[in-house]
Amino acid sequence: MRYHTPATFEAAAALAAEASGVTRFLAGGTDVLVQLRAGMVTPDDLIDLKKIDGVKTMARTKDGGWQIGVAVSGAELGANAALVADWPGVVEGMELVGSTQVQGRATLVGNLCNGSPAADSVPGLVAAGATVTVTGPSGSREVPVGEIPAGPGKTALKKGEVISGVTLPPRGKNGGDAYLRFIPRTEMDIAVVGCAVNLRLDGDKIAEARVVLGAVAPTVIVVPEAAKAIIGTTLDDAALEKLAQAASAACKPIDDKRGTVAFRTDVAGVLARRAAKIAYDRAKGAK
Amino acid sequence: MSKIHVTTKVNGDDVEFLADPRESLLDCLRDKLDLTGAKEGCGTGDCGACSVSLDGTLVCSCLVLGVEAQGKTIETVEGMAQDGDLHPLQRKFIEHAALQCGFCTPGILVAAKNLLERNPDPTETEIRYWLAGNLCRCTGYDKIVRAVQDAAAEMRGAA
Repeated sequence: MRYHTPATFEAAAALAAEASGVTRFLAGGTDVLVQLRAGMVTPDDLIDLKKIDGVKTMARTKDGGWQIGVAVSGAELGANAALVADWPGVVEGMELVGSTQVQGRATLVGNLCNGSPAADSVPGLVAAGATVTVTGPSGSREVPVGEIPAGPGKTALKKGEVISGVTLPPRGKNGGDAYLRFIPRTEMDIAVVGCAVNLRLDGDKIAEARVVLGAVAPTVIVVPEAAKAIIGTTLDDAALEKLAQAASAACKPIDDKRGTVAFRTDVAGVLARRAAKIAYDRAKGAK
Repeated sequence: MSKIHVTTKVNGDDVEFLADPRESLLDCLRDKLDLTGAKEGCGTGDCGACSVSLDGTLVCSCLVLGVEAQGKTIETVEGMAQDGDLHPLQRKFIEHAALQCGFCTPGILVAAKNLLERNPDPTETEIRYWLAGNLCRCTGYDKIVRAVQDAAAEMRGAA
């Protein structure tokens, strides 16, 4: 295995494009090193992105959004009070990943590119309307986060392409987001169902909403019917009931040791209700 | 396979070693630097027995490559005792019998020290969540939590 420490994303992309064997990018390493050790993946070229300028920074963009480097860890996101104030749902999703030790290294982009349908940080990013910058041999482009996952363990990235940054849009006024997951215990487990809700209020009524489910389909899924169920409402009981039904109806889960199809389908509705209430309260100014 | 020359600082000492890029920091600490305090339990970041501090951040050294340690500052359990005196956490672990087989203990001591550096007065819940990635199959955790609380109290009093 060759270990590379390129100084730019263009150089990283060029290394990957020219490589003839198995290539992996390394940021936090909490998935790559596990796969390496288990023999699931034996890269010929390992490209460490941490020597590239800016990969550890979080900065406000000119329009009031956020630009987050690809090696920023979950713990660093959680320690950024201004970011947490803007996008609590995005940060709480990432902070659910792994232990204290894993939080010290694990990254948003790693969680995304690992391709798990149960990735805890991805629904929140999709609900927020986050984009990633994809750098490849023919330049860079912005891609919505939701277009990256392509199935369990798979991404839409092509050979020679690397994600070089995450952009969160400006939070704006009267907005709130939240992420909840179900696991059979309180810590250190993989989501059986995850749900993120991001919404904006006009007075007491919901003007915009996005509802996103994780772990109930081969990829994260956006559920426009669930958003429709609450837009124009004050999140009254009837709206919450419609939201739950729409969320459950969108589920195409698997049966496994963590949960059955019926259980996951039902819990998706329950989590959608609860996450919507938290997002609504946050949009109203709750901490 | 060409090896890479790594220079790093461990427990205040400048050290260097040659690492195959596939080798974990844990293997480098144990096999090249003879620092066998950090243990390999799972090798996949689940158990925390290999916990070390890397530039002040608590990490599983099995999930860090040795070559990534270049230019960093690492602290392991071997650096906790000063001039032959045990760290308060180490003394309190003995007093409270917060270990039985001891395999998880170096990782838990390093993790607890990292917690107390950030939060000198953690609640029981904060301690339990912070140490959720450090598995112990002997003690049931209760004595560990008491030992950390007692050490924290002593360290606050001494400060």
